[in-house]
Amino acid sequence: MTATAVDHEIGRDRRRKEDQRLITGRTRWTDNIVLPGMLHLAMVRSPFAHANIASIDTSEAQQAPNVIAVLTGADFGDELGVCINAWPITPDQVTPVHSPMPSDRVSFAGEIVAVVVARSAAEARDAAELVEVEYDELPAALDLKEAAADSVLAHPDLGTNKSALWVFDSGEAGTGGNVEDAIGKARADGIVIEREYRQQRLIPAFMEPRSVVVDPTGEQLVMYSATQIPHILRFALAATTGVPESKIRVIAPDVGGGFGGKLQVTPEEWIAWAVGRRVGKPVKYTETRSESLMSGHHGRDQWQKLTLAAEKDGTVTGLKVELLADLGAYVAIVGGGVPVLGAFMFNAIYKFPAYHFACQTVLTNKTWTDAYRGAGRPEATYAIERLMDELAAEVGVDPLEVREKNWIKHEEFPFTTVAGLEYDSGNYEAATAKARQMFGYDELRAEQMARRASGDPVQLGIGVSTFTEMCGLAPSRVLGQLDYGAGGWEYASVRMLATGKVEVTTGASAHGQGHETAFSQIVADRLGVAFEDVEVLHGDTAVAHKGLDTYGSRSLAVGGEALVRAADKVVEKAKPIAAHLLEASVEDIDFAGGRFSVRGTDQGMAIGEIATAVFAAHNLPDGVEPSLDSDATYDPVNFSFPHGTHLCAIEVDTETGALKMRKYVCVDDVGNIINPLIVSGQVHGGLVQGIAQALWEEAVYDDSGTLVSGSFVDYLLPTAADTISFDIDHTTSPATTHSLGVKGVGEAGTIASTPAVVNAVVDALRQYGVHDIQMPCTPERVWRAIQGGGAGGSTEGAAMPHFDPSEPGQDSTEGAGA
Amino acid sequence: MTRISLTVDGATVADDVEPRMLLVQYLRERLGKTGTVIGCDTSNCGACTVHLDGQSVKSCNVLAVQADGATVTTIEGLAQNGTLHPVQEAFRECHGLQCGFCTPGMIMQSVDLLNNNPSPSEEEIRLGLEGNLCRCTGYHNIVRAVQHAAAQGSSTAGATS
Amino acid sequence: MIPAQFDYVAPASVEDALAALAEHGDDAKIIAGGQSLLPVLRMRLNAPEWIIDLGRIESLRGVRDDGDSIVIGAMTPHSVVGSDPLVAEHATLITRAVEHLADAQVRHRGTFGGALAHADPAGDLGAPVRALGASFVIQGPGGTRTVSADDFFVDLFETAIGDDEILTEVRVPKHTGWGAHYEKFVRVAHQWPIVAVAATVRVEGGTIAEARIGLTNMGSTPLRAAAVEAALAGQPATEAAVRAAAAHAAEGTHPPSDLNGDADYRRHLATVITRRAVLAAAGA
Repeated sequence: MTATAVDHEIGRDRRRKEDQRLITGRTRWTDNIVLPGMLHLAMVRSPFAHANIASIDTSEAQQAPNVIAVLTGADFGDELGVCINAWPITPDQVTPVHSPMPSDRVSFAGEIVAVVVARSAAEARDAAELVEVEYDELPAALDLKEAAADSVLAHPDLGTNKSALWVFDSGEAGTGGNVEDAIGKARADGIVIEREYRQQRLIPAFMEPRSVVVDPTGEQLVMYSATQIPHILRFALAATTGVPESKIRVIAPDVGGGFGGKLQVTPEEWIAWAVGRRVGKPVKYTETRSESLMSGHHGRDQWQKLTLAAEKDGTVTGLKVELLADLGAYVAIVGGGVPVLGAFMFNAIYKFPAYHFACQTVLTNKTWTDAYRGAGRPEATYAIERLMDELAAEVGVDPLEVREKNWIKHEEFPFTTVAGLEYDSGNYEAATAKARQMFGYDELRAEQMARRASGDPVQLGIGVSTFTEMCGLAPSRVLGQLDYGAGGWEYASVRMLATGKVEVTTGASAHGQGHETAFSQIVADRLGVAFEDVEVLHGDTAVAHKGLDTYGSRSLAVGGEALVRAADKVVEKAKPIAAHLLEASVEDIDFAGGRFSVRGTDQGMAIGEIATAVFAAHNLPDGVEPSLDSDATYDPVNFSFPHGTHLCAIEVDTETGALKMRKYVCVDDVGNIINPLIVSGQVHGGLVQGIAQALWEEAVYDDSGTLVSGSFVDYLLPTAADTISFDIDHTTSPATTHSLGVKGVGEAGTIASTPAVVNAVVDALRQYGVHDIQMPCTPERVWRAIQGGGAGGSTEGAAMPHFDPSEPGQDSTEGAGA
Repeated sequence: MTRISLTVDGATVADDVEPRMLLVQYLRERLGKTGTVIGCDTSNCGACTVHLDGQSVKSCNVLAVQADGATVTTIEGLAQNGTLHPVQEAFRECHGLQCGFCTPGMIMQSVDLLNNNPSPSEEEIRLGLEGNLCRCTGYHNIVRAVQHAAAQGSSTAGATS
Repeated sequence: MIPAQFDYVAPASVEDALAALAEHGDDAKIIAGGQSLLPVLRMRLNAPEWIIDLGRIESLRGVRDDGDSIVIGAMTPHSVVGSDPLVAEHATLITRAVEHLADAQVRHRGTFGGALAHADPAGDLGAPVRALGASFVIQGPGGTRTVSADDFFVDLFETAIGDDEILTEVRVPKHTGWGAHYEKFVRVAHQWPIVAVAATVRVEGGTIAEARIGLTNMGSTPLRAAAVEAALAGQPATEAAVRAAAAHAAEGTHPPSDLNGDADYRRHLATVITRRAVLAAAGA
């Protein structure tokens, strides 16, 4: 039975196709997979941040019940492969070799030194406790600034911690003037704002711990992995482990969130691959949350030194950005490139005439860093949006006023920025006007003044963030210029089944984004078939054989466009067949609403009927192949540039430093919207992640390089009780460089919200002479700032001792309180 | 090994288990109830929430042997005769899930919350879900979903274990 | 992650539990609700050879009226304590503290006695039971003894319960008609308190006749804010009077420094939170 198509699927708030299985527990997470004869892995990890491995004694573990093997790096040769860096940002980048399981030296606490293979996960863990490793501890490079000075080396053999220095200068590039001239002039007769901001280290903290199953029992080796990037993973396995790409099938089953954290090729995957091949049986490894927080890649971790030059009236004249970025112990797959993605965004929506960006990436003995929701763009947006507030304060005007003075006017699009990007569309005035009205901006400003005047112990702060981002990653040509190791295209295919159903494959790999729903809507409209009749397949390299996966808000803007083109090819292929069957000439065939009709007659056939006729192939025109199936690979010609205005009101309890979010309004222009319900969910979730960077989250290490915030007890994710309901809306200026007009929404909320929140906090405290609070804005930091203690230093590297075995009395009895 | 016998999603089951086996592992590994998932080691995330004798508990923080003789309802036992529980329906209707990993626990806790308080305020909903972490939704639509279910009178409409 | 191997026994009576404890001694660990123990076992920070489960001992559950006191069985779940009318009437402070203890799932499973015996100084029950002057009934091979709240908490995770003993019940003197408030300061809701204050006061005609204040996470054990109690006695239940008294809240405390705040900040917080808790308890 074929359902009926409606006029327009695009723009409808369709309930998600994905949900039925997810709300009933009929899910296929990687850890759910059980295969005959499957063995389980447990990892032995280094407790030290930096140490030589003196010896590893596996003998006792080997003897433990049901242990099949205990393997170390030395037990493997080249088949273990290496974890790759796909984006050497400079030709001379210093890149340590990253063995999945080093046999000589560990470079961060949590690095794997041995793997136990046993019949059950519990027995593997039991035996892992029996592996005796002797370490000779080495001095560890932990502090980013100290590491940048090469005082202690993270990898002594490299001779330096400095990995790469990446520079963009608008004067040299011809995209703008010389920033030193602008700063010099501003020092003489303008305004110079100089600040240093800290982007604390964050952990993506997807809810599904990573898991990998390797099945070596067929002709093709299969890897199931909780990954965002099955296609890239397949390529990297082939490139580094000597298995032909055609012998490898990678499947990303249901994947429980990623946020960049599963955009990686991991030691755990490589070890499982090597062990599976070695023992010839299926193997599974599922990490614990502690392992996940310790060894899954982290995000952010930068120092940002910023100099903004302006005229006295607040007109910006130059921006200089000097970054230190902590790579951790290795250069992750796009680790070095993350700050480079931000390089094009510091100038944001403003017409800076001169711009200089320099980023030094630095190796340390901490967990490696890589993409985390926003990847480079949140850092840039934070810096510029904080600076614009500082400029407004210096000039003595409202923060919105100084932004309006400097932003690109809507009639100025397309606009080529000082960073060399061409913004195709946008309307900052419209989004701001709408946000301002929804927020009740003037009323809240009045309340703020009243609270100040009365000396209310609860002060009000209002934060602004008028952000933009670049997404739809990415034009392959641009990636090539940036020395990225791959392209930025995406693939899609449309298969017309004999029953009139439509099978779609996409190279995008969803892990919560709702592609099965949104992509169905696109195809339903394009082919005029029912939403219910479209099935979207993804996340399996044998099914969607080609693709570049999901990250960087690219799936709809790039993958969606590929899908449009594949669907259009289906129509083009069907047209001559329809003409033949309808006994008309091709020129007289129109296609609309899923129906091929002969112009000027009432004769026609539905596309599903054509599909059935093609399946039978009894009566096709001469020389026409019996297939409507089509595919397309789309390489974007430009990035897309969502933007929006976010306004945040925060109440500050000046007695304790506690912060309470009162109201949050955002008006985002993400171009055309396929499914408003899904877009709203992306915005809400993005907002909370960005707000969480501002207020709660931080990966904290102690002086010996141990991750102190190594469980959810100490790595503080917000709960429903810590967050509020949001007021969100949209303005629309469609992207002009592709047919869908979408821009991408996955990262918008995260990029925009962090500075909006911190701006609100600082806005409340500026009356006390405060102009910065270091993130996360803990109550203690806020309180100390009010007391005149500055922005707040580093976080104490100690956790509460709830689970500390060294404390007395743990053997007394149990109790609640978790 | 210790012999346990209990009722899970309406079926009587009995097994010999190691005392150290967690209830969530028993559900997943012995019964194949993989709808209930494990998200952390410290009982913070709530992804493993099930009902034990009619009350929500974190099944990663209960030994299987402690559940001997008990009645357990998981996300897989919530729908009755092919009809979704109103809270399941509400999560779909209000887009209260994205990746869906926290969803089984979130739904089971929401059902418990509504059993105890059929007409909660937004604040009561938010506090009632403080033991469940979600990384995707920002909680906004989860709260809407619980409100939606409450408006439908979910506590009397469906099976609640 | 799964705990290390252990053997398990679930005795049906306190006597059987004591016998098991005597038999396995140092190799055994008692599990009540398990909400703090199981994470420790799962992370293999502890690996006892025996687990003695008190969960099958029905006599340890429930709340009863016993004249001047109410008696809370050690194995009574938090959710039962939190909704018990006797507790609400005569020990309102406990009701208030249990309301926001951990989360709903943990409150269903965790037990009153288990949490107190665990003696995490950041636990939510120590401060209210100290403030209320509760006493702890501990049973051992030699019989039963009663320990005052002031003597029960010895140090971080350490109580007066001997290795061969079991906490069976907690006796709470009735504070009928006293106002009560538990004020908890956290960064996120599912956290242990950075600082919390348990305050209960008897107000007569606008005057604070008596006050009992307990402090959570201001030292290695739950503390009494004796100086504040003394300063409050006889004072009017006004903002100014309470503020002056609450300024003594950090006296004699030794709070920890950790990633949620250092000791100085906690001392400051204690004064603010104490003022707020007392004012709320007094209905002012």
